[in-house]
Amino acid sequence: MPGQNVDTLRRQGKLKIAAFKFTSCDGCQLQILNLEDDLLALAGATDIAFFLEARRQAPSPPYDIGFVEGSISTPEEEERIGQIRRECKTLITIGACATSGGIQALRNWADVDEFCRCVYPRPEHIETLATATPIAAHVFVDYELRGCPINPADLLELVSATLAGRRPNISTHSLCVECKRSGYPCVMVAQGKPCLGPVTQVGCGGALCPSMNRACYGCFGPMEQPNMASLGRWFTSRLGQDARDMKRMLRTFNGYIEPFKQASDRYEQEEQRSKEQ
Amino acid sequence: MTDANTPPHAFFLPRSGLEDLFQILQSDGYQVLGPTVVNDTVMIRPLESIAQLPQGVSDRQDGGFYRLVDGDPELSFEFVVGPNGPKNYLFPAKLKLLEFHVGNERFELDAGQPDVPKYAFLGVRPCELAAVKVQDRVFGVAEPGMFRCESETWYTLARRQALFIAVNCTRPAGTCFCASWGTGPRATEGFDLALTELRGGFIVEVGSDRGQAIVGRLPTREPTVSELELAELKLERAAEQMGRRLETGDVKELLDHDLEHPEWDKVAQRCLSCGNCTMVCPTCFCCTVEDSTYLADENITRTRYWESCFTHQFSYLTSGPERATIRGRYRHWLRHKLSTWWDQFDMSGCVGCGRCITWCPVGIDLTEEIPRFREGGHAKAENTTQSRGT
Ligand code: SF4
Ligand code: SF4
Ligand code: SF4
Ligand code: SF4
Repeated sequence: MPGQNVDTLRRQGKLKIAAFKFTSCDGCQLQILNLEDDLLALAGATDIAFFLEARRQAPSPPYDIGFVEGSISTPEEEERIGQIRRECKTLITIGACATSGGIQALRNWADVDEFCRCVYPRPEHIETLATATPIAAHVFVDYELRGCPINPADLLELVSATLAGRRPNISTHSLCVECKRSGYPCVMVAQGKPCLGPVTQVGCGGALCPSMNRACYGCFGPMEQPNMASLGRWFTSRLGQDARDMKRMLRTFNGYIEPFKQASDRYEQEEQRSKEQ
Repeated sequence: MTDANTPPHAFFLPRSGLEDLFQILQSDGYQVLGPTVVNDTVMIRPLESIAQLPQGVSDRQDGGFYRLVDGDPELSFEFVVGPNGPKNYLFPAKLKLLEFHVGNERFELDAGQPDVPKYAFLGVRPCELAAVKVQDRVFGVAEPGMFRCESETWYTLARRQALFIAVNCTRPAGTCFCASWGTGPRATEGFDLALTELRGGFIVEVGSDRGQAIVGRLPTREPTVSELELAELKLERAAEQMGRRLETGDVKELLDHDLEHPEWDKVAQRCLSCGNCTMVCPTCFCCTVEDSTYLADENITRTRYWESCFTHQFSYLTSGPERATIRGRYRHWLRHKLSTWWDQFDMSGCVGCGRCITWCPVGIDLTEEIPRFREGGHAKAENTTQSRGT
C-alpha cells in the first residue's frame, strides 16, 4: 500500500542515534559536524541522543543506531564496548580506527612497553593494551563505514536509507570503478604512480586522490575481493617498489585489517630476508 | 550514417580550415567534444577552441602502460584512443533518470524528457564508430526511425543528434588491433565526415547529408593525386603496423568449448577484478540503478551508474555473488566480449580498440590470452555444458 509507505517514513522519523568514541582522533565524529548544511535536517529527522562532541547531556539508552568511532586500545574500552553493544539495536563502526584498528594498530607490530618508556615520563600511569584492535574483534558489528576519515555523505546515506527502509547505496567494489566513472585519467597507467585503487574500496567521494592527480593511499581499506599478490607483483616488477615500500604502503590507516595485514607481513619477511643476504 | 546516394568524393581541407570547421560546429549549436591532454593523458572533453587539441603529441601504449611523447609538431592527431570516448557522453557513467515523490498517498513522477546536448565528436576514431554501431544494436537504435520499448532514452536522443567527424588512424598504438576485426584503421561507415591527416591539411570524405552540408561551408579544394595517394599509403601502412593481432575466425568456438581450460586459473592469478577493462571498453553497456532519498524528505531520485561484471554487486543474489571467484568473473568478461555477444547480438562485442589492454593496471592482454586457449585445452566434447560462475 503506497499510503503505508508514507506512514512508515513518518513513523520511523525519530530514530534515536548515538555516537561513541574510543581510541581515535575524533576526525570521524567531526565529519558528522562537518555536514553543516545537513546537520539541522539530520537533527530534525532523528533524535541525536548521545554525542559528546556536539552535546553535553546524554539521554538514556537504548539507541536505534549506535555509531562507534575508534579502536579498542585500553582495558576500560574492552569493558565499555560490551555495554554499548547491549544498548544499541544496530551498531555501526565508523572510520579506519573502528573498522581496522587504525593508525594506532601499528603498535601491534611493536613493543608497547617500550613505546611507553620512550614517550611518557611516568609510564607506570599508563594503562593500555598491547594491541589496538577493531571493534568487530570484540563485539558483533552490523555495518561498517570505512575511511580515514569517513565520507560524511555515506553516513547521511546510511541514516536516510534506514529512515526510508531501503538498502544503503554504499558499494564495496574497487576505487577504479569510481575513478573511471568520474572520467579521471589513470595515474598508474599513464604516469607509473603506484596506486592502491585496484585493491581499495570505493567511498572517498569520487576517487579523491586520482582526481588530484595522486595515487590512492588506501584510506577506505581493502575492497570486496582484492588481489594483493598480483598488484604487488606489478608494483615491484614494473613500478620500482621494493618489499619495504610495499610494507609501508600497506601499513597505514588500514594496516591491521586482512588482507592488507597478511600482505604487509609477507613483505616484511621478504624485507628481512633481503637484509640478511 | 552513410547515405547510399552520396557519391564517394574527397576534398582537401588545409590545416587552417580546422578552425573554420570548429566555428561551423559551434555556430550550428553543437557542443564540440574532442581530444585534449588532461594529466598526461588524451581524454575526450568538451572543447572551447582547436588550440586545446593535442598538437604535436603522440602516445606509446602497451599492456598497463600509456605515455605521451613528443610527436610531429605539425600534426594534431598523431595519438590514438585514450581511456574515454563517445560512450562517456552517449551512455553517461552517471545519469539521473528521474525523480519522484510521495504525495497524495502514492508515488508521483516529477520527471520530464532529458535535456540532451547536441554533440559533435571531433576526432573520433574508426574503432569508436564501430563501437557506436555495437551500442546502437544493444540499445535498440540500430534501425533509424525505430523506437522500441527497450530503447535507451538518453542514448537514442543523443545518438540521433550527434555528429561524427572521424579521423582515420595513420599511426596505430601498440595495443591496437582493429585491423583484425576490420573495424579500422580507416572508417568506412558511421561518420558524417572522415578526415585523414597530412602535414598540410586533411583529406575529407563525406559520409552523410549533414556532412555534405558542412563541407559546402568549408574552404576546401580538390585534392591532388599525390595527396590522395599519400593518404592511401599512410592508411595501408597503418594497417600493417598494428601493435597487436587477434586471430578472430575461431575465437567464439574456442571460448565456448574450453570453459575449464587451465588458463582461466592462471589469468585469475593476475586479474585484480578492478573493473577497469569494462569501464574503458567502448561496447560494455552494463549499468545499475539506485534510488536515493534524503533523510525523512519524501523525494526519491533514481540514478543510473555504469556497472561492471567484475564487482560482487553485479551478480549478487540472495546469499552472495553468483560469480564468486575472479576466475569466474574474468571468464564471463572475456566470453561475453568474444563469444556470448554473438549469441546475444549477432556480432562481436570487441572492436579491437586495445583499451582493455592499455588500461588494465596489470596489463592483462586478451590478444595474448586467446592463443593460450588454443594450446593444451581439454577435450572439447566434455565441456560444452555451461558451467556456473565459480
Ligand atoms: S588512478 Fe588508481 S584508482 Fe584510478 S583507475 Fe588508476 S589504478 Fe584505479
Ligand atoms: S574488449 Fe578491449 S579491445 Fe575489444 S573493444 Fe573492448 S576495450 Fe577494446
Ligand atoms: S557483462 Fe561485463 S563484459 Fe559484458 S557488457 Fe557487461 S560489463 Fe561488459
Ligand atoms: S582484466 Fe585487468 S582491468 Fe580487467 S578486471 Fe582484471 S585486472 Fe582489472
